[in-house]
Amino acid sequence: MAKSFYSKEVIKHFQKPHNYGKIKGYDGLGKVGNMICGDEMWLYIKVGKDKKGEEIIKDVKFETFGCVAAIATSSVLTDLVKGKTIKEALKVKKDDIVKVLGELPPIKLHCSVLAIDAFSEAVYDYYSKKKKEMPKSLEERHQIIIKREANHEH
Amino acid sequence: MKKRIYLDYAATTSIDPRVVKAMSPYFTGKFGNPASLHYFGNEAAEALDKSREVIAGAMNADPDEIIFTSSATESNNTAIKGVAFANKEKGKHILVSPIEHDCILNSALWLKKQGFDIEYLSVDGYGLIDPEEVRMKIRKDTILVSVMHANNEVGTIEPIAEIGKICREKGVYFHTDAAQSFGKVPIDVKKMNIDLLTASSQKMYGPKGVACLYVRKGVRMEPLLHGGGQESGKRSSTVNVVSIVGFAKAVEICLAEMGKESKRLIKLRDKIIKTVLKKIPDSYLNGHPKDRLPNNVNVRFSFVEGESILFQLDALGIAVSTASACSSPKLEPSHVLMAMGLKHEEAHGSLRVSMGRWTTEKDVDYLLKVLPGTISKLREISPHKIHG
Repeated sequence: MAKSFYSKEVIKHFQKPHNYGKIKGYDGLGKVGNMICGDEMWLYIKVGKDKKGEEIIKDVKFETFGCVAAIATSSVLTDLVKGKTIKEALKVKKDDIVKVLGELPPIKLHCSVLAIDAFSEAVYDYYSKKKKEMPKSLEERHQIIIKREANHEH
Repeated sequence: MKKRIYLDYAATTSIDPRVVKAMSPYFTGKFGNPASLHYFGNEAAEALDKSREVIAGAMNADPDEIIFTSSATESNNTAIKGVAFANKEKGKHILVSPIEHDCILNSALWLKKQGFDIEYLSVDGYGLIDPEEVRMKIRKDTILVSVMHANNEVGTIEPIAEIGKICREKGVYFHTDAAQSFGKVPIDVKKMNIDLLTASSQKMYGPKGVACLYVRKGVRMEPLLHGGGQESGKRSSTVNVVSIVGFAKAVEICLAEMGKESKRLIKLRDKIIKTVLKKIPDSYLNGHPKDRLPNNVNVRFSFVEGESILFQLDALGIAVSTASACSSPKLEPSHVLMAMGLKHEEAHGSLRVSMGRWTTEKDVDYLLKVLPGTISKLREISPHKIHG
C-alpha cells in the first residue's frame, strides 16, 4: 500500500461526507472563506431544545467548495456539533476535528480552522437574528473572522 | 486488485521494456568508466559515443554539442546560469517567459540576486508568446532569451522557430526547455536557430536521473559543476553510462514511432476535449486547441476544486494531476494559469490529463464515463451551483 498524503479517515469523510446540503428554513448560516482563496464553506444550523429546555443543534448541514481536507473537516465538524447544546458545540476545537481524522497534513490544518469558524459564524447569525444577547467570546471570534476574510480579498 | 489507469505521463513515464533491455548489460558486465584507458573503459566510451550520436541526430545537432546531465532541472540551471556568467561582459539582461518550469524561474530569480536584469515576457490567453514582443524587448545588453518549447501544464507549443530566428538576427542566445516536447514533436536545432536545448529521459520512457543539454558550438557557457573535466569540461562527474544508454534507446524509439504515435494521441486528446466540453456544463479548455502537445488535455470546471477532483478520480483508479492552489506547497494557484489571465477562482478547478504510450481508447472511455459524475458529485457539495 502506498503512503498516502491523507489519512484513511480523511479520505473516508471526503468520499462519503456526512450532513452535506442545505437546510430549508435554517436558523443560522455561517459563510467563511471564498472561491478566490480556494476554500469556501457554508454552514447551516437548525436550533431545537433538549429536555432541560436548553438550546441544541438539532440539525446541521454544510456546503463546501474546496480540497479534500476542506470537505473532510466540514463533514467531521457537523458530526461533532450535531445534537450538542450550543454552549457545548461552541467548545469544539480544531484539534477535536484533527483527532477524529487521525491526522491532517500540516499545510491543511487551516481547513479545520475554517470549519470551526463557519460553525461559530452560524451561531453568531442565529443569535443576531433572534436579537439574543451576544456572548463576548462569540463577538470577538466574529470580529477576528471578518477581519481575516477582508484581508483575504485579493 | 483494481485496475489502475495512469494518465499523468507529463509527470513521468514508465521505462519502455526495450529500454530496460538495452540498459541491462551496462549494470554489471559493461560497467566501466568511459574515462579509463583499458578495455572496460573503451567499452563504456563506445556506448557513450553511440548514445550521443543517436540523441544528437534526433535533433539535428552534432554529437559534440550534446552534454549529459542528471536532470532537466540541472540542464536548465546550467543553461541559464552558465550563459549568464560567461557573457556578463556583454550585458546582464535576460528575457524569460512567465510560464517556464520552476527550475528556470527560480534560476532567474537567483540570477537577479546576483545582479542580473531579468525581464519577463507575456503570454496570451492560450499561453502563447508573441515573437514580436521578444523582438521589441531585446536590447543591446540582452544576452539570453529562454522560452520553453511546450508548456508542462497546459501543453501549449510555443513558436520557437520564430523566436529563434529573431534571436539569431539580433545576436542573442536562445535557450528552449524541451523536456515535455522532445520525442513527441519534431525538433531541428539548426532550422529553429536554437543555441541551447534541454531534453529529459524520464519524460520519454527512459530512466530517471539523466537528461541532456544541447549547446551549439561556439556558445559561451560556464559549467555549473567543476571537476574532472568530463563532457568537454562543461559538466564534470563520472558519466552515467547505463542511464545514457537507456536515454538513447528511448529517443530512438520515440523518433521511430513519433508520426504514428502522435496521430493516435491527438485523436484521443481531441476526443477527451470534445466530450468533456460537451457533456460537462461550465467546463473550459486551458491552453491552445491546436498548438498543443499530442498527449496533453487541461480542462477546468467551475465551482469545484482540482485536488478534490484528483482524489475522487484516484479512488476510481485514475491517476491525473492538478495545479490548483490547494495542491501546491505554497497554496498558490498555478503561475501558468495566472499568466494566461485566469482569475483565481477559475484556476482552482483545473485538471491535467496527460496520455502516453500505454494509454488505450478504453482507458479514455473509462475516464469519460466517470468524469461527469465526479464533477457533479463535487458540485452537489459546493455552495456554488450552476444557475439556470
